[in-house]
Amino acid sequence: MSYLVITELQKHYDSYHALRGINLNITEGEFIVFVGPSGCGKSTLLRTIAGLESSSGGTIELDGKDITEVASSKRDLAMVFQSYALYPHMTVADNLSFALRLAKVPDAEIQEKVRSVSASLQLDPLLDRKPKELSGGQRQRVAIGRAIVRQPKVFLFDEPLSNLDAALRVQMRLELARLHKKLGTTMVYVTHDQIEAMTLADRVVILNAGQIEQVGTPLELYRQPNSRFVAEFIGTPKMNLIPVDTFAVKGDQLTLNLLDSSVLFPANRLSGPLPKAMIMGIRPEHLSLVDDNGDFTGCVELVEHLGSEAYAHIQLTNSQTIILKASARSTLKDGDLVHIKVDSSEVILFNESDRVVSVIAEEASND
Amino acid sequence: MTLNQQRKLKTLITGLFAWFIALLLFFPIFWMFLTSFKTELQAISVPPSLFFEPTLDNFKVVQERSDYLLHAMNSVVTSFGSTIIALIIAVPAAYSMAFFPSKRTKDILLWMLSTKMLPAVGVLVPIYILFRNNGLLDSRLGLIIIFTLMNLPIIIWMLFSYFKDLPKEILEAARMDGASPWGEVVKVVLPLSVGGIASTALLSIILCWNEAFWSLNLTASNAAPLTAMIASYSSPEGLFWAKLSAASTLACAPIVIFGWFCQKQLVQGLTFGAVK
Repeated sequence: MSYLVITELQKHYDSYHALRGINLNITEGEFIVFVGPSGCGKSTLLRTIAGLESSSGGTIELDGKDITEVASSKRDLAMVFQSYALYPHMTVADNLSFALRLAKVPDAEIQEKVRSVSASLQLDPLLDRKPKELSGGQRQRVAIGRAIVRQPKVFLFDEPLSNLDAALRVQMRLELARLHKKLGTTMVYVTHDQIEAMTLADRVVILNAGQIEQVGTPLELYRQPNSRFVAEFIGTPKMNLIPVDTFAVKGDQLTLNLLDSSVLFPANRLSGPLPKAMIMGIRPEHLSLVDDNGDFTGCVELVEHLGSEAYAHIQLTNSQTIILKASARSTLKDGDLVHIKVDSSEVILFNESDRVVSVIAEEASND
Repeated sequence: MTLNQQRKLKTLITGLFAWFIALLLFFPIFWMFLTSFKTELQAISVPPSLFFEPTLDNFKVVQERSDYLLHAMNSVVTSFGSTIIALIIAVPAAYSMAFFPSKRTKDILLWMLSTKMLPAVGVLVPIYILFRNNGLLDSRLGLIIIFTLMNLPIIIWMLFSYFKDLPKEILEAARMDGASPWGEVVKVVLPLSVGGIASTALLSIILCWNEAFWSLNLTASNAAPLTAMIASYSSPEGLFWAKLSAASTLACAPIVIFGWFCQKQLVQGLTFGAVK
């Protein structure tokens, strides 16, 4: 098993600064996912690790050896591409064995390895076919098989599931998770799909504008985002963000005045001094409907029934719309006037520069 | 008229038009072929005769007067030789420009094409002197060199556009699989662009085969290809249409037959199933 250490990695394209000093340790056997909006540099980072892009500064070490200047063909990393990138003029069997043949592995060993990989990915009946005779899911499996058969030090995945339809994507996601469990090889995975990131990753790296915004386990990112960007990026539907009009500390309580109402917040959950302005973040599942005495009132604009749950879009008095997670059997209708209660233990506060200023309470992070 | 009928009519009109153009283009070749079997008198008779007793005399005369096989061999050696050399130079050039473009790649491509904009006659004297001083006049090697240089820009352009169409990821996949740059070219780029390279080669061969300007100016007898042989039939003693036609028929027959056989390979091309 292999580990990667990335130090102060930079990438410039002419005038465009794609990677701005990336520092990251990827530990042995870890499944790490790079996620972020398009143009954030996640693919560039992966391709720089692969050696398909040269770096403009910084180093990449693999198992303690500096590979920054080593050619991709000599890095012993395998990559699965979004477009699969199978060799169209070769059969599935030849696609699988290509790297082994290049490495001059003895024939008998090649056949043995190809056989075992094709059996594990159910490719046996397809071995003699050309890529154009395969469906999208089959091509994807061949692409994965081509990477596995080499037993590389690290697997690199560049949005491997984004060309598949929704059902197949879920299935392949599971297969990838199983594969990681079985092989235990270090995997680096790029996606723009936060569900893939949350479900597959041991740790998620959130990138924004060429920099790492936050690194953490999926739950850490969800519960303790350290910036407004991460808070909004992780979680579907998005976290609700309501500007705080004024606030004051009285004893151990912080009073947040917003929307003609006030929410009490334990002052000991503040990290550092009071900021100039604050934004309150609260996830849809931490809002609830009450008969009266709610923190604020609003008017139901739209209800989305998903079967297992429902999301109510509610317009507040400042005409901002927030989303509330309601039970599947909710009888909410458009136009209903509702009272909403905020679970203040789940409130996250951001300062004027969008950094988090609250910490999660002990009891909240224990469940 | 129903939509279906309209569509049929459209197909019919397009078809007729295509046939008309095709026949128009083919007619000179057909007429040359026909004339080559006429006597000199029949060849210049007005109105031209379509039905006549064919004769092989012209071909006999051509073979007697000029050594057809020698000229044909010269054409084969110079066309194929220069095409092979040009491909050996052009494949790496087009590969590097297509897959590792720099800021100046477009300028280089344009510059190469610009060399074709200068009329050949403009450099005739310097080239002639260079050839004379280096003992390349009337030699196959000389023609191969000039043909290679003449066609190189077009060959690089064609290969460049074929390579440009190859999905980049396939090459990157090969690189990740451990292929060296040479391995990428031999195991991935070449097999995938066989169709493109074949049609480029064929075009180059045809251009060389039919080249007359340099052949006439730089060869005399030993290395003269078929185009030079044809030209020798428009002599000061007058035009001999039938013999000229016979010589021309003999000159273009090999390349027409060759092109006919390659047709399938050219049209075929490789269909891609690798990306998406």
